Amino acid sequence: MKPPSLGAILLGLVPFAANCFSVALWDRVYPIVLGLPFNFFWLTLWLLLTPVCMWGAYRLEEARDRNRRLDQGGGR
Amino acid sequence: MNSPAVALTVIFLIMAVGSILGFLARSHHKMDLEQWTVGGRGFGLVLVWLLMAGEIYTTFTFLGASGWAYSRGGPVLYILGYQPLMYVVSFFILPPLWEVGRRLRLQTQADFFQARYGSTLLGAFVALVGVVCLIPYLQIQLTGLGLIVEVASFGGIHRTLAMILGFALVAAFVFVSGVRGVAWVSVVKDLLLLSCAVFIGVAIPRIYFGGIGPMFRMLMQVKPSHLVMPGATKDLGHAWYVTTVLLISFGFYMWPQYFAASFTARSGRVLRRNAVVMPLYSVTMPLLLFVGLSAVLILPGLSNGDLSLLAMVRKTFPGWFLGLVGGAGALTAMVTAAIQLLTGATLYAKNLFRPLLAPSMTDQQVAKVAKIMVLALSSGAVLLAIYSSLSLVSLYLLGSAGVAQFFPGVVFGLFSRRVTTYGVFAGMAVGILVALFLMLSGRDPYHGLNAGLIALAINFAVTAVVSKLTPAPTMGFD
Repeated sequence: MKPPSLGAILLGLVPFAANCFSVALWDRVYPIVLGLPFNFFWLTLWLLLTPVCMWGAYRLEEARDRNRRLDQGGGR
Repeated sequence: MNSPAVALTVIFLIMAVGSILGFLARSHHKMDLEQWTVGGRGFGLVLVWLLMAGEIYTTFTFLGASGWAYSRGGPVLYILGYQPLMYVVSFFILPPLWEVGRRLRLQTQADFFQARYGSTLLGAFVALVGVVCLIPYLQIQLTGLGLIVEVASFGGIHRTLAMILGFALVAAFVFVSGVRGVAWVSVVKDLLLLSCAVFIGVAIPRIYFGGIGPMFRMLMQVKPSHLVMPGATKDLGHAWYVTTVLLISFGFYMWPQYFAASFTARSGRVLRRNAVVMPLYSVTMPLLLFVGLSAVLILPGLSNGDLSLLAMVRKTFPGWFLGLVGGAGALTAMVTAAIQLLTGATLYAKNLFRPLLAPSMTDQQVAKVAKIMVLALSSGAVLLAIYSSLSLVSLYLLGSAGVAQFFPGVVFGLFSRRVTTYGVFAGMAVGILVALFLMLSGRDPYHGLNAGLIALAINFAVTAVVSKLTPAPTMGFD
């Protein structure tokens, strides 16, 4: 199988940076946002933002698949 | 009727309706092995979404997440952390996996290893590890089922009896309906569970504190350390968080049942689109945590954190509502367990029993062995659930560390031509041994790191090195 495109991988890394590697920066109670401690707010926010990143990755991968099918000359 | 009687009646009604729906869903389809295991490979966006989401909202997330919010505090955030990330991983691996599955007509995870690495023995090994790891996960569903009935009956019905009855029902359900039946029951269960989660997640903090914000303000005054890591624990800090989130994100779709669920899709694009939108399905998860956190203030001193959600519901609402929540939870346990049984039994019959003991078996005979295995596995899990006392999250982390060891073999298998059968075999074996050793000797977390991820890192290294040292294979997917 052809590995995914670099652009899609980079977009996929954004939620990893936000949710995982940066934990020391956001695991705190203050500032309170919308009544939630900051860590709860931050992770809830990224439940909503991850689809945005992956929608971008989706566009990239689908476009690439389309081009590949055109290159192979078949409209399958 | 008194309130336990009402609650129990509602729970059993919900379970009965769910089972009947499962039986009905199969009736239009001829049940051969392909139909029973992968639903004839014809599920569209909606049904795959429901099947996959149905598997994600399990008894573990329902009771275990609120349980950890109650007993551990901050470290429970790992559940919110990994949920969107595992879909990111699925975005990259499930569509190519589906493509391979369609081309080679794969039905199980072990089929993939067998086809990709040309080794029946590797397939059998993967099947064995998969079945063994499924057992603690099955046990979670059973324990959950038992807890629900116990709480709803105010201790009147013993947990053991509830587990045995519940599992007889699940086994019968799997026996007759197969994956299509399960997918449809999963629809009912999701609707019920999500509406219950939203309702109690909003209502409980509102009733006791006047809202979610005031609940947190009070918790900050009473127990501020509970809200950040390591919470009520000594060793579940940031290093543990990062390594655990990585382990589950990589390992989640390595569960044989989720892996095989991707074969039910109609196209790879369905899976890719699913991966984009699925994190939205997790937005009710914080609400379940709020229930556990409310319980910290309202019901301190519970012997078992996994009881916190149900105990809060019992304290706050009338019997019929406890029945509704309990019924949603019980149906969830049933659906999840059904999928796990279906997967475990098929793995055993198709990838262990047939190739090693009876190579001449037909598909019909395999299906028969699988159905017998459904009974064997469910009785095994019942026995374990009766005698073990691990918390739901601990059981989950144990199984996850095991299945995550498939990850290098899958990723290299899909995208690399250089990886060899020996490399994958060696890496996986070493990874599993390291995980087993660290976890069973009480070394998880090991120096603050998740033991399963340490094992996975070693697994990757061994796979790469041994693949370099052994002759290049001729196979590989284009």
